[in-house]
Amino acid sequence: MTRHLLSAADLSHDDAVLVLDTAAELAAIADRPIKKLPTLRGRTVVNLFYEDSTRTRISFEAAAKRLSADVINFSAKGSSVSKGESLKDTALTLEAMGADAVVIRHNQSGAPHRLAHANWISGSVINAGDGTHEHPTQALLDAFTIRRHLCGGIGDLNGRSVVIVGDVLHSRVARSNVLLLHTLGAHVTLVAPPTLLPYGVETWPCAVSYDLDASLGKTDVVMMLRVQRERMGASYFPTEREYSRRYGLDERRAAELPEHAIVMHPGPMNRGMEIAASVADGQRSVVVEQVANGVSVRMAVLYLLLGGNEPAIGAIDE
Amino acid sequence: MSERAVSERAVSEQGSEQGMRDTTVVIRNVSPLGGERVDLVLADGKIAAITSPGHSENSGATNDASARSIEIDGSALIALPGLVDLHTHLREPGREDAETVVTGSRAAALGGFTAVHAMANTNPVADTAGVVEQVWRLGREAGLVDVHPVGAVTVGLDGEHLAELGAMADSAARVRVFSDDGKCVHDPVVMRRALEYVKAFDGVIAQHAQEPSLTEDAQMNEGDVSGVLGLRGWPAVAEEAIIARDVLLAEHVSSRLHICHVSTAGSVEIIRWAKSRGINVTAEVTPHHLLLIDESATTYDPVFKVNPPLRTKVDVDALREALADGTIDVVATDHAPHASQDKDCEWGSAAFGMLGLQTALSVVAEAMIETGLMDWAGVADRMSTAPARIGRVFDHGRPIAVGEPANLVLLDPAARTVIHSDDLASKSQNTPYAGLNLPVRVTHTFLRGQPTVLDSVLADMNPKI
Repeated sequence: MTRHLLSAADLSHDDAVLVLDTAAELAAIADRPIKKLPTLRGRTVVNLFYEDSTRTRISFEAAAKRLSADVINFSAKGSSVSKGESLKDTALTLEAMGADAVVIRHNQSGAPHRLAHANWISGSVINAGDGTHEHPTQALLDAFTIRRHLCGGIGDLNGRSVVIVGDVLHSRVARSNVLLLHTLGAHVTLVAPPTLLPYGVETWPCAVSYDLDASLGKTDVVMMLRVQRERMGASYFPTEREYSRRYGLDERRAAELPEHAIVMHPGPMNRGMEIAASVADGQRSVVVEQVANGVSVRMAVLYLLLGGNEPAIGAIDE
Repeated sequence: MSERAVSERAVSEQGSEQGMRDTTVVIRNVSPLGGERVDLVLADGKIAAITSPGHSENSGATNDASARSIEIDGSALIALPGLVDLHTHLREPGREDAETVVTGSRAAALGGFTAVHAMANTNPVADTAGVVEQVWRLGREAGLVDVHPVGAVTVGLDGEHLAELGAMADSAARVRVFSDDGKCVHDPVVMRRALEYVKAFDGVIAQHAQEPSLTEDAQMNEGDVSGVLGLRGWPAVAEEAIIARDVLLAEHVSSRLHICHVSTAGSVEIIRWAKSRGINVTAEVTPHHLLLIDESATTYDPVFKVNPPLRTKVDVDALREALADGTIDVVATDHAPHASQDKDCEWGSAAFGMLGLQTALSVVAEAMIETGLMDWAGVADRMSTAPARIGRVFDHGRPIAVGEPANLVLLDPAARTVIHSDDLASKSQNTPYAGLNLPVRVTHTFLRGQPTVLDSVLADMNPKI
């Protein structure tokens, strides 16, 4: 494994499978009465969050605590950042406090890269979502969820087809998923109005379509992306209703999916916009399970970046 | 002004004023423009004699200080007319923490320049006769290069109200180049009026071509790389659309138009078309757009963040070809110093711009000479003759001939240097070339016969003088 996890592209096929296998091992302890492992005892993990986030921050915090790491939560609001402190100075402060890993969520693409490579800190950096760039642990938990449902919980995702629908242009989830799912052997199709696809998307390792209906019949997974209502004001699409009609996953469309197909959403959802409430809560939906898997996957990432060579659960006190 | 700036100024005033006004220089066995070797004698601010090698008298002078005479072995060197930059940001007044006229002049002299045009986007903006005269005077006091202020086209660069262009033209600074650089004169009516108005005093509008609504919060070239990096794109069309509009405006009102920092293959095609129609347009390209591409942004290191952004290899190839065939008239540095806190940060928070003065000749040599696209006579035209003509700076960019002003640069074409930001004279360190091994070393620069750089060291710091 690399020292940092900044992009899903940092993970080779074997790295990615190792993370998923480790996460599967660690998921087993979630069912035990005592959910804690001593693996990262004495290590310090900082959650450095420049953007509001509920599930990702809590997920990383739970993951670090279950591995017995000391966790410091730093959110930009009400901190030195709101007084104008630069990322560099914040990083130097964290370095002085001896952070072994920094989990960073930032509104600017590339901020985790700078944190990892600008010689400000020496610890590991984990990208918890940067601007419109990447969110690699989200992709890992999505891959974990897909593997569990469609691949018997082992190996890679060879041959599975995944349709990702929505605001790809602004989505860090889509970028990381395209890279990781491709690495794991899945076939990804991006579906969006042309305005919400990035320039150069045809060079990505995936297929692209403007037609959702044509993409649903044979897919194993459909992943809906959040569409921010503000995009309407910037002429990415004419109205919410039109977007919903052409690219929303309603009941009619959900019925077109093959029997075994699952419906995913990274959250937070706009019910009635990109996904109908009945579909979000329906049989095929694995949205809540994605959240639970997030903790296991983040435990695996923290363990593999920080834990060294010991087996993840080898040192368990029983 | 900081105390340090004051003391720096005092030192350089001594250098220029107390002077070496009557220094005689003999450059032996040097190759003007890469041609046949000669001896050059510089005296009284002019090229006093050009003889075949070994035939120049040195009026019995020696190399000691009192005699004020210098003899230079030019047998490994090429002589070019002193370089002229149409596009420099000296940051004074307003951002003296990033650069001053003195420190920028040092970088310029060390880069082989004898004249620079100082852009108007200072604070306060150079939109009045008072500010341009201040910059002009600071340049005279520094005494290392001729600093020609560029006047703003609109008041405070607001894009709406014409600044007092005539007052700046009539001032002691004799402004002839007007630009809102950093911002585009995007209103077509304002642009039209500006193009027309400056005809009265033979001025030129230098347009920063960037359609603002297509580039809101843009961070880098819009292309395959921006899509992957999730950085907001700056599409080529935002530059090309303005250039297309402006060449048509210039044609309509029969005015002179200059396009700053052309960065795309499409822009080259439009300018080529405009010139073929006889439209009076000139264009510049920066050294960095001749060498670097948008892939650099994959590091997210803001040292590569610049406006217009680094483009693709296709664009670089088109720009080189256009410079070689004359479609692009000049190389201009867009030297843009920034304080470290404005670059040592996240990409999106960082300022646009990179240093250029001291590395320009080396980068142009790497892109144009080493590739065989141009010879030294071509470089002299693009970096001295043509910019002087466009800027109406009449005593620079002259031929190397007897009686001409002795504004010269000597360079060693065989030398190579690894660039270190600490070695640069600029007050800032934001060079994108750090670690690169680039050809050519500027060894000497002469401003009206007086050495500003000797043996690659500023003359006022050189013990020989």
